[in-house]
Amino acid sequence: MSNVPGLYVLGEANFSDHGANRLGASALMQGLADGYFVLPNTIGDYLATQKPAARPKTDAFEFQQAENNVRGIVTRLLGVKGKQPVSHFHKRLGKILWNGCGMARNAVGLRKALAEIPALREEYWQNVNVPGDGGTLNQSLERAGRVADFLELAELLCLDALERDESCGCHFREEHVDAEGECLRNDEQFAHAAAWEYQGEGRAPLLNKEPLVYETVHMAKRNYK
Amino acid sequence: MKVKLKVWRQKDANTPGGFNEYETPDVNPNMSFLEMLDVVNDELTVKGEEPIAFDHDCREGICGTCSLVINGKPHGPHRGVATCQTYLRSFHDGDVITVEPFRAKPFPVIKDLVVNRKAFDRIMQAGGFISVRTGSGCDANAIPVPKEAAELAMDAAACIGCGACVAACKNGSAMLFVGAKVSQFGLLPQGQPEREQRVLAMVKQMDAEGFGNCTNYYECSAVCPKLISHEFIARMNRDYLKAVLRTAFTPTSTNASAAG
Repeated sequence: MSNVPGLYVLGEANFSDHGANRLGASALMQGLADGYFVLPNTIGDYLATQKPAARPKTDAFEFQQAENNVRGIVTRLLGVKGKQPVSHFHKRLGKILWNGCGMARNAVGLRKALAEIPALREEYWQNVNVPGDGGTLNQSLERAGRVADFLELAELLCLDALERDESCGCHFREEHVDAEGECLRNDEQFAHAAAWEYQGEGRAPLLNKEPLVYETVHMAKRNYK
Repeated sequence: MKVKLKVWRQKDANTPGGFNEYETPDVNPNMSFLEMLDVVNDELTVKGEEPIAFDHDCREGICGTCSLVINGKPHGPHRGVATCQTYLRSFHDGDVITVEPFRAKPFPVIKDLVVNRKAFDRIMQAGGFISVRTGSGCDANAIPVPKEAAELAMDAAACIGCGACVAACKNGSAMLFVGAKVSQFGLLPQGQPEREQRVLAMVKQMDAEGFGNCTNYYECSAVCPKLISHEFIARMNRDYLKAVLRTAFTPTSTNASAAG
């Protein structure tokens, strides 16, 4: 369970066994492990303790706040009335990440991406075209909301990658490589999960370091040779 | 290559719809059918028109979200292939392709090519589950499952609940879907406690939703992207008959709740 009661992070979203790596079959393995062993012990148990009448109500302050926030975003997206479809920005963002924050990345490329993403985000909010209205099914609007999120998350991804000045698994920083071409980790400074905390629009996120503590297995150097 | 599309456009369930024609720009034959619609939609958006609404999610043929009747066939030209796995190389340059929503009374149009398939969810809620204890998972392999039963249950479980079977049936029957779901549970030991109750409840809900009956044309299994066999319909009918007879003559405990 996450720190939100009832919100479980299981399957592909769970990074506890593989770290942030999502290559090969790591997501599949996590899905199988959680599906077979973790899920039957967690979600079912949680659901069995819940009473339908005790569900949070939609007139709760937090719900109203979240709803107003979404309404604000929807109104803003529909109001831009720019020239380019959502996919135009999605593709450009994808290319920035592919070039700057791929499996092999370096500080120069990450800094470049960190300059390009806010500029693209600004352009998005001035020139995106979301047809239709917010009252009925509107798939362009659904996509627009997601890409707006991606434009924020992408910046955080690059910031985190820049901050992590080591090569960790398949998050390979080209500056940190040993004589054999393998990843060079820096466990003294980076043996932690970086939990970034949102501080509001336009404000730098706050880094919370969650130390990685292993009791039985010890950290070792990865080498496939 | 370029193709011409005749696409069903409909604002909502209460507004009459009709076909609009669109010409695609030059598209790659290895694009999927849905990617081609994405391209057409981007062009429409730039021109200031509303893009075509269509259902899609995984685009890997496994989620059951995509639909579309392409040239009169649910999920397009290929046997055992969903719309999202259909590629433009299956068509020819200059083809006119007709694209319609899944049509059935219990599947009202939400917009354009998107239909409301919640009737399937309600059928599942009526009986598409088993009871398990909570708090701890059971040991793996604690309940032996005969190999044959496991294989057959797996065949039934391949159903992705897309609704193509309903769209293909002249009666708008959902019996292939319900047959697959009833069999998936009924074939396994875990599904036995609610077996009779399940088939009765799911068939009752299926009828209440307005789906028609099976008259053995087997169009459903012919268009099914997962090639679910129509033999599951016969299996469901046998289960249903047995459940009707048994519940009619089974004495019930005075302490029993409404279940069973």
